[in-house]
Amino acid sequence: MSDFLSMGGYASSVWPSVALTFGIIAWNIVAARRSFAAARAEARRRLAVEGSP
Amino acid sequence: MDWTWFHRFGSPPHLYGLAGRLTPWFAWPSAFLIAAGLYGGLVLAPADYQQGDGFRVIYVHAPSAWLSLMAYTWMAVAAAIGLVWRMKAAHAAAASCAPLGAWFTVAALCTGMLWGKPMWGTYWVWDPRLTSELVLLFLYLGYMGLRSAIEDPQRADRASAVLAIVGVINVPIVRYSVEWWNSIHQAPSVMKFGKPSISWPMLTPLLIMFVGFTLLFVALLLVRLRGEILRRERHARWVAEVVAG
Amino acid sequence: MTPRRRRLVLVLGIVAGVAIAGALALQAFRENVMFFFDPTQIANGEAPSGERFRLGGMVEKGSVVRQPGSLDVQFVVTDFQRTVPVRYRGVLPDLFREGQGVVAHGRLGPDGVFTADEVLAKHDENYMPPEVHRSLKTPAAAPTPAPEG
Repeated sequence: MSDFLSMGGYASSVWPSVALTFGIIAWNIVAARRSFAAARAEARRRLAVEGSP
Repeated sequence: MDWTWFHRFGSPPHLYGLAGRLTPWFAWPSAFLIAAGLYGGLVLAPADYQQGDGFRVIYVHAPSAWLSLMAYTWMAVAAAIGLVWRMKAAHAAAASCAPLGAWFTVAALCTGMLWGKPMWGTYWVWDPRLTSELVLLFLYLGYMGLRSAIEDPQRADRASAVLAIVGVINVPIVRYSVEWWNSIHQAPSVMKFGKPSISWPMLTPLLIMFVGFTLLFVALLLVRLRGEILRRERHARWVAEVVAG
Repeated sequence: MTPRRRRLVLVLGIVAGVAIAGALALQAFRENVMFFFDPTQIANGEAPSGERFRLGGMVEKGSVVRQPGSLDVQFVVTDFQRTVPVRYRGVLPDLFREGQGVVAHGRLGPDGVFTADEVLAKHDENYMPPEVHRSLKTPAAAPTPAPEG
């Protein structure tokens, strides 16, 4: 297990790279969903305020 | 030639529904493939004769770099279609590609720096490959900045589309920089014609990651696309019907 | 011409125009875009004189000489046609070794020796486990059979 964690001495390259990439992926999942939810909420709000077109 | 299928494809309500139905078909397989590829790359693949376990950064670096280029290409093609056919859905697709592409460019650059420090001896050099990938990031940021700076949505679409199309020249530059010029970055190991320069036990998880990342990109694109379509079509009757439920 | 076809021509025109302009600009700036010069280019006098530039090639086998007790090292960079001797004081990257690619930043002296202030290792695009690498280096891996005579 400690061999795996130390990545043959390259732990400071491999683990931060993996963590960063997956952090970016996770952020993009959250941000995309939030963006869509906001667009839908905005459309609903308009509907309530302005009524049907 | 009957192009009605093309125009129906671009019809916003149809695209909105299709995107929603397709998303899980891309999202779940991508999660599975990325998990499998990561396990294969970090655990199963043998260490490299030269770089030891350090080469394993390739399993996140190469797919990120691939996505950074693929996203820009799709963005430029969508922008061109939007300009030529005056198709709002195409502009929506281009706008959806931009933040995704930008983030994967950041991932490629940062993981590249972490990989370069022990192997080359430096985090960064202004060599053709690294510099052109950085330019790609600036193009993405420029596209998004231009879009938000212009009030009128149609003008914003057109101006940013021109920028996307002009910038597409950078994609072959990034790809071929290691072949056209002397570069410290190595030549492609996978994305080329001819035999891959990686042993199969190391290559297989990498290919799985490439596919997984691509599917993930499509899933994220579809989610963002739905929001973009809603924003552009806000006064349409179909939107009222769809969001009221 | 329909308005749409006109827009299509415009878009293709932009792409073609940028491609041509880009190619011309990069040709013109070839000197500056050259990230490193190889020993043949230096022998032909193509490298800028009096300025810092980068020298790239392979570390010639048997050429590395380290001064014990100091960080001084000498080695020869080759592209298998011409060679350039290099002097460097400092820590060398992990992957620096004979038969490996190298990119050195520094100046070429009048004596033809390149004094480097930065040495980077360059590795190729081949990835393989140690056993595969070993089997490539043994004579048994040579594909051509001896002719019957």
